[in-house]
Amino acid sequence: MAIFSVYVVNKAGGLIYQYDNYVPRTEVEKTFSFPLDLVLKIYDEKLVVSFGQRDGIRVGHAVLSINGVDVNGKYTAEGKDILEYLKDPANYPVSIKFGRPRLTSNEKLMLASMFHSLFAIGSQLSPEVGSSGIEMLETDVFKLHCFQTLTGIKFIVLADPRQSGIDALLRKIYEIYSDFALKNPFYSLEMPIRCELFDQNLKSALEIAEKAGTFGPGS
Amino acid sequence: MIERMTVHNLYIFDRNGSCLHYSEWNRKKQAGISKEEEFKLMYGMLFSIRSFISKMSPLDMKDGFLAFQTSRYKLHYYETPTGIKLVLNTDLGVPNCRDTLQQIYSTLYVEYIVRNPLCVLGESLQSDLFSSKLDSFIRALPFFSVRAA
Repeated sequence: MAIFSVYVVNKAGGLIYQYDNYVPRTEVEKTFSFPLDLVLKIYDEKLVVSFGQRDGIRVGHAVLSINGVDVNGKYTAEGKDILEYLKDPANYPVSIKFGRPRLTSNEKLMLASMFHSLFAIGSQLSPEVGSSGIEMLETDVFKLHCFQTLTGIKFIVLADPRQSGIDALLRKIYEIYSDFALKNPFYSLEMPIRCELFDQNLKSALEIAEKAGTFGPGS
Repeated sequence: MIERMTVHNLYIFDRNGSCLHYSEWNRKKQAGISKEEEFKLMYGMLFSIRSFISKMSPLDMKDGFLAFQTSRYKLHYYETPTGIKLVLNTDLGVPNCRDTLQQIYSTLYVEYIVRNPLCVLGESLQSDLFSSKLDSFIRALPFFSVRAA
């Protein structure tokens, strides 16, 4: 059971808070000889596997390091183009580490506003009257739960599909938000939340939710 | 309010985003736009959800997007490796419809569309046989109970 991350989105679709609670590391390091039996391509300034899954390396994984040295996007640490580097047989055997690419803060902002509009379309395409937006989105490896307050703030939690007690957790986060972000005199509405007490309380709420799954009334 | 079990509507899209088939059973609210626009909006939403999920996911996925639900309905999604997308909207109480959608694909779409030489793939489905078979298939589902009233 795990809670992966928490997002808070303001009513305009801007991301005002994000916290990664648990990031599973799926990294595989392997030594290759020439020629490389994977097809790599540049995607979003990263070098990702586009074809050829083997030994835990999956399509969509990005190149993280070469010969133990972390890469910088599509360039090696020395600033050379990785694709060019891998074309040269003199550089083999080479040890490459692959893994799921981490989200950058820009990507997180983009995803938050993307969800904001998906939420609205979900309610517009409803076959029933009076439908809210997307409250729960299900995939085979995680579930996304979203709670929109009356004032339009969205609290989004990504968790394991089997994790229980998420509804209570979302309301608890709303309570923490009202207590520690809104009552902070230095907090301006709709702006990113930078508040230590909010962080602390959120972390402990996530811990409790992961262990017990539920909150009693008034806890 | 008692939990009802109904099927609202079904969309079938091809991999290029054109709507091959649409039928509805118990739909109480229309989207307020033309059907053409609605299909585009629905496909756009599904397309974005797929890309959203593949970026958001902390782990590698197998099946990817399965379903979402709002306060009033649940959308079930199934995509074949060839890119045919089946979307079924039902009430909240309906459990996972993956098998049902898979069955619609394998026993109806493949049988009556792919094996019909007169059906041009990639165009809106004209087959009356398919439509009537689909209608009776959906009406026979255990969770299709319409209210007695």
